Amino acid sequence: MEKKNYTVSIYTENNLGLLSRIAAIFLKRHINIESITASPSEVNEVMRFIIVVNVTEEQIKKIVGQIEKQIEVIKAFYHTDAETIYQETALYKIKSEDFLDDHNIQDFIKETNARIVTVTKKFFVIEKTGKRTEVDALYEKLKPYGLMQFVRSGTIAVTKNEMPISGILEKFNTTNSLS
Amino acid sequence: MEVKTASFEKVSTKETSTVSGAEAVIKCLLEEGVDTIYGYPGGAIMPVYDELYKYQKEIHHVLTRHEQGATHAAQGYARVSGKVGVAIATSGPGATNLVTGIADAQIDSTPMVCITGQVGSHLLGSDAFQETDIVGISTPITKWNYQVTKAEEIPEVIAKAFYIAKSGRPGPVLVDITKDAQFASLEFSYKKCSGIRSYKPIPELNLLEVERAAEVINKAKKPMIVWGQGVILGGAEELLKSVVEKAGIPSAWTILGLSALPTDHPLNVGMVGMHGNYGPNMLTNECDVLIAIGMRFDDRVTGNLEKYAKQAKVIHFEIDPAEINKNVKADYPVLGDVKESLKALLELLDPNSHKDWHQKFRDMYKTEYEKVIKGNLDVTKKDLGMAEVIQEINIQSKGDAIIVSDVGQHQMAACRYAKFNGTRSNVTSGGLGTMGFALPAAIGAKMAKPDREVVAVIGDGGYQMTIQELGTIFQTKVPVKIVLLNNGFLGMVRQWQQLFFDKRYASTTMINPDFITIAKGYHIKAKQVTERSQLEEAVKEMMESDEAYFLEVKVEQEENVFPMIPTGAAVSEILLE
Repeated sequence: MEKKNYTVSIYTENNLGLLSRIAAIFLKRHINIESITASPSEVNEVMRFIIVVNVTEEQIKKIVGQIEKQIEVIKAFYHTDAETIYQETALYKIKSEDFLDDHNIQDFIKETNARIVTVTKKFFVIEKTGKRTEVDALYEKLKPYGLMQFVRSGTIAVTKNEMPISGILEKFNTTNSLS
Repeated sequence: MEVKTASFEKVSTKETSTVSGAEAVIKCLLEEGVDTIYGYPGGAIMPVYDELYKYQKEIHHVLTRHEQGATHAAQGYARVSGKVGVAIATSGPGATNLVTGIADAQIDSTPMVCITGQVGSHLLGSDAFQETDIVGISTPITKWNYQVTKAEEIPEVIAKAFYIAKSGRPGPVLVDITKDAQFASLEFSYKKCSGIRSYKPIPELNLLEVERAAEVINKAKKPMIVWGQGVILGGAEELLKSVVEKAGIPSAWTILGLSALPTDHPLNVGMVGMHGNYGPNMLTNECDVLIAIGMRFDDRVTGNLEKYAKQAKVIHFEIDPAEINKNVKADYPVLGDVKESLKALLELLDPNSHKDWHQKFRDMYKTEYEKVIKGNLDVTKKDLGMAEVIQEINIQSKGDAIIVSDVGQHQMAACRYAKFNGTRSNVTSGGLGTMGFALPAAIGAKMAKPDREVVAVIGDGGYQMTIQELGTIFQTKVPVKIVLLNNGFLGMVRQWQQLFFDKRYASTTMINPDFITIAKGYHIKAKQVTERSQLEEAVKEMMESDEAYFLEVKVEQEENVFPMIPTGAAVSEILLE
């Protein structure tokens, strides 16, 4: 079966130790996590992890099954790139002299819709938000100039389809009449 | 507003009272109906032990000789009683010594709550004396774990621990409590946990799935059931029997499913897997419908997955969604509590007998009998065989004993040959294969069912891994019967060395101590059998003893366990010799 990038979205209770529980599921199967982000979700007090991995669909199904089995995981989903709107952000730090001396760099920035976030006498910091390939493309262009630093965020993504988390939680509240 | 993530029953204690965290731990256990716990004291758990001193009448604390023994005893207790087993240990080495038992309980779905002491919260992360990150260590091998640093968290966390351990597919839970949380006081009131919003223990049964399964079973010409421990955990033994009888389906068991259906039930066709019976293994690859009930297609059951039941439609009754299609693709999954799903199935099944198909199992049993079983039970061969000893126990227990086995050749002999009339009578370490499991597990089993005979069958290798628990037996006077099948080898490994490593017996020869003297050192009655002629009388004396009894039987040194599915082979490539 063909390997693909899958974006796993995991809605969880905000519990200490859950990250290592989830990470262990990938580790145990020797699956490299391409990127990971964690942040509060659209639901009050519910966290959302977004993990990108390159695996087969059979693998991702089993992994999501194992993730959902964890007590504090409310729900986990997996999606292909086509089913999500995803972005990542990268910062590129380059020497001011390179930037000022070479008009190519300025052209790259304009072409790729990148942004200059900081300017000092010694360096410029450029920010690019977009698809991974776009971030990569700008990296390749700037690389010959000797990047002083480069850092990229994990992928963040929202799905095209609805994720019925609030419904799941609402159902629990009504069936258990939480007091 | 605080978000509620779990629901709890109405307050069950009459009024709140101010107690220490340590006392709260004991009160929680009492609220959960716990009467026996296994453990070992130490610095970070001392406040709890101090409270145990006060509550001696309410809670029986069994001092094992090693924390691993405490976990296995708790497991033995849980496996025969269906209740949650409880083990307690201190921080650091006390906690790490629990790890093997926790892993064993996780893979064999045994409900267990482990409570560990932890260094004071101000010392966490400072590499303090006996500090170890047991929550980090136990994360991959627990169903849930949690570190308590505040006394007021204790009732809710322990309530959740018990709920999680026993609900759905059971498993081990670890609660780590810092020493300051044990000393601090709280207003105690206890509410049992009744739900956690992120956790769905039992998937809702979809009747359509049951109907589809019933349709396929009713049309089947050569159906076969393989059931596992799920039937026992779900309390569905009687339903299984009704299903099997109504539809006339030959039924086989995994090692942990053993005893759910009586051994001598006509449709019980034996064990599947590596050392299982010939018929059910061969016919797995001939049946047209394979009905898996509460089992997880472990690799020791399936052999080579590429060649496993490819011709069959697979129906999988299962409580854990993650098990569906994990190893074997289920054409017809039925998710839910097996008690509900089998009940629904039973009504939809057509009465049937599958006589010719059933006869095939009988014929294959005859083949296995001629090639394997007859020899195993042959009383004219030179040395005593393991099966002969099990057979003698069967005769004298009449199939009513709880048999606790360790891991290795003797375990296969015990599971293949032991006779069981009732459920929850077979206790063994299946998934993890933990040598040293049986002796402490037998202690827990006997304490859970004092009216039943408990016989631990152990090899000379595994026995020495937890032999110190003889001290627990001596101190508690728990009347367990221990049968040591001594062949002077790590027999299963030796068998593999013989078959697959050109008889290079690397480190499998055991130079053993005088086991009788050791037992006697603990004031346990002991006898050794070296000749077949002594066996009957010795087993009789053991069974009749009101006290613990140790029986060492010298068995054939280089006996091999057959049938056998070599690693990587298909179930139908099972070897009889």
